[in-house]
Amino acid sequence: MAKEIDLMERQRRLAWYLIVPAVLVVFLVIGYPLIQVLVYSVLKYKLDGVTPPSFVGLGNYLFILTDSDFWHAVAITLIFSVCSVTLEAVLGLTVAMVANSNFKGRSFLRIAILIPWAIPTVVSSKIWAWMFNDIYGIVNVLLTNLHLIPQKIAFLATPITAVPVIIAVDVWKTTPFMSLLLLAGLGLIPGDLYEAASIDGATAVKKFFSITLPLVMPTLLVALIFRTLDALRVFDIFYIMVGGQGNMATMAIYNQQWLVSFLDAGIGSAASVIILIIIMIFVILYTRFSKTSFE
Amino acid sequence: MISPKKLLKRYLLRGVGSLFLVSLATTTGFGAGVTIRFTGDSSGDSGTFTKALIEEWAQKTGNKVEIISRPNDATATLAQYQQYWAAKSPDVDVYQVDVIWMGICAPHAVDMKKYVKEDEISQHFPRIIENNTVNGKLVAIPWFTDAGILYYRTDLLEKYGYKEPPKTWEELAEMAKKIQDGERKEGKKDFQGFVFQGKASESVTCNALEWVYSYGGGTIIDPDKKVTINNPNAIKALQTARSWVGSISPPGVVTYGEEEARNVWQAGNSAFMRNWPYAYATGQDPKSPIAGKFDVTVLPKGGDNGKNAACLGGWQLMVSAYSKQPDTAADLVKFMTSQESQKKRALQLSQFPTLPALYSDPEVLAKNGWFKNMLDVLKNAVARPSTVTGADYNQISTAFFQNVNKVLSGGTSAQDAVQQVEKVGKRLVR
Repeated sequence: MAKEIDLMERQRRLAWYLIVPAVLVVFLVIGYPLIQVLVYSVLKYKLDGVTPPSFVGLGNYLFILTDSDFWHAVAITLIFSVCSVTLEAVLGLTVAMVANSNFKGRSFLRIAILIPWAIPTVVSSKIWAWMFNDIYGIVNVLLTNLHLIPQKIAFLATPITAVPVIIAVDVWKTTPFMSLLLLAGLGLIPGDLYEAASIDGATAVKKFFSITLPLVMPTLLVALIFRTLDALRVFDIFYIMVGGQGNMATMAIYNQQWLVSFLDAGIGSAASVIILIIIMIFVILYTRFSKTSFE
Repeated sequence: MISPKKLLKRYLLRGVGSLFLVSLATTTGFGAGVTIRFTGDSSGDSGTFTKALIEEWAQKTGNKVEIISRPNDATATLAQYQQYWAAKSPDVDVYQVDVIWMGICAPHAVDMKKYVKEDEISQHFPRIIENNTVNGKLVAIPWFTDAGILYYRTDLLEKYGYKEPPKTWEELAEMAKKIQDGERKEGKKDFQGFVFQGKASESVTCNALEWVYSYGGGTIIDPDKKVTINNPNAIKALQTARSWVGSISPPGVVTYGEEEARNVWQAGNSAFMRNWPYAYATGQDPKSPIAGKFDVTVLPKGGDNGKNAACLGGWQLMVSAYSKQPDTAADLVKFMTSQESQKKRALQLSQFPTLPALYSDPEVLAKNGWFKNMLDVLKNAVARPSTVTGADYNQISTAFFQNVNKVLSGGTSAQDAVQQVEKVGKRLVR
């Protein structure tokens, strides 16, 4: 009896030894920076190499939470995230179902839809920015030549037109990623389920809602989590297409501005922590939702 | 017999000893053979020129210079420099620095007054020297300068019966409107009266500072740390600029940086443009559709009682306070900023020297005839309030360009905008 416990104990100890390196690595690359950000966030810390940091408690957090620019950035980010992720999910699923069906040139299509995803965001954003240019942009030229608009529109000048344009570009860029993930999910659904449904006389719509959607749901949820977290951290598309325009800054741009442009590690770190909390809320919501839908 | 341990010790000692000698020879240098590390332009025309200039000094003095590239983007460059400075790194001796970084650079720079004589300093434009002096310390020596100027189409002015370029912004708006209407009637639907930089970035800070200053509205924060932006003249200036957008300037001008404006201008689609001098050479390129059809002058005054204004730009050279060989580094800076070197730069790159004397130099004028009009512009150049705000300059500039951009796109009134900028300014300078 005693020997058995001894063996268990030894095995448990061995298990600990085996995971120690991994724990150490995780602590070094994730834990340490995280703690450092938390420490910086309660300091007044200018990165000018002259002023020594001093303790300000929650002052930085108060400053950000009462800053209307920050809340504006949160609103822009949320609008962007909800719209782009929803559109990407719907379009992604559609594309995945098309790509999953049997037709000639299917493998070619599967590669072709990936192209927008393969282009670096910096490059594609710049291309789109040129296409939406107010005077030379092909979009304006086409729309005026077809007499759809009376005069050229400066699409990227105001949020009312620029945010939808940016959402559209993001949808164009990221739908392939979504459909690729969902394609993998669709491939896991056994074909005999559809056969059985056909024999029972189910319509295509019925098949979609009773077989495809429930069975692809786990994959869809994972894809949604990925995309939502990505969208909440959006920086590149906005930064390149509308630059530093304050009324179109996202949370990440707000953060970058304080940290890099203003060299304020205190407020910059506090902003990072607040953004982290906002993103955590989404993660918790998603995990709750996925638990209730699968248990 | 010597024990192996002793033997090892002996060799180690010898090794360390000779290393010590070698290091003595390289760091103190006995006058020659010192290696100076320079960080600045290393690509494009400016890079080629800089390399050749540095090589000339190296050959003359027997020293060596290593060039460390800087990012093309100024903001990224500053971020890189700050890492060196935060670490008090002796790895770089000479930095090429922007005119708006003086407040940030000051603690990390050697006072150049130690190396450059008073009468040599006074040969540069006083406005630049004033800008580069922080609490009595001359942070950097001016290398070449830049200022906002007005480009105008000589052929179109003539076509519409104008003899000379506009003297005031009001005149400019009137002329631009007439030319724009006329050209559009002739079928050039995309023709614009006036293009400038309205993008929410440092570009519009420069443009708007010119408008505000030309109407007598000050420089946002004055050198005595008083926040002055909230005044009727500044409001008038911003309202005037707002009135251009959608009438003589395209609505998209609020997204234009330097290149966007130049693209419209150089395609022949604009009667006037505010830009930096770099657009002159590209516009006069034989392949350019407007080559020989334009000229440049000082930017208009704000009303009849206004002033001419030109936002001061340009680059300086500074010696790091952490350099191990500041004397040799200062010698390189003196060589690179000398009259002879600046003349070479003016001849080869058509960039503005920081020495007024060169603007009447026959050789320089033979190559760049338009330089003689620029002397007045540069003498009146307006510095951004960066020296007084130091490391906080980006915050005040960001507040200013965001709010000006909002005024231009109709998102806020000029009154509210200057109040917002004042609020940020008062938080920063106390």
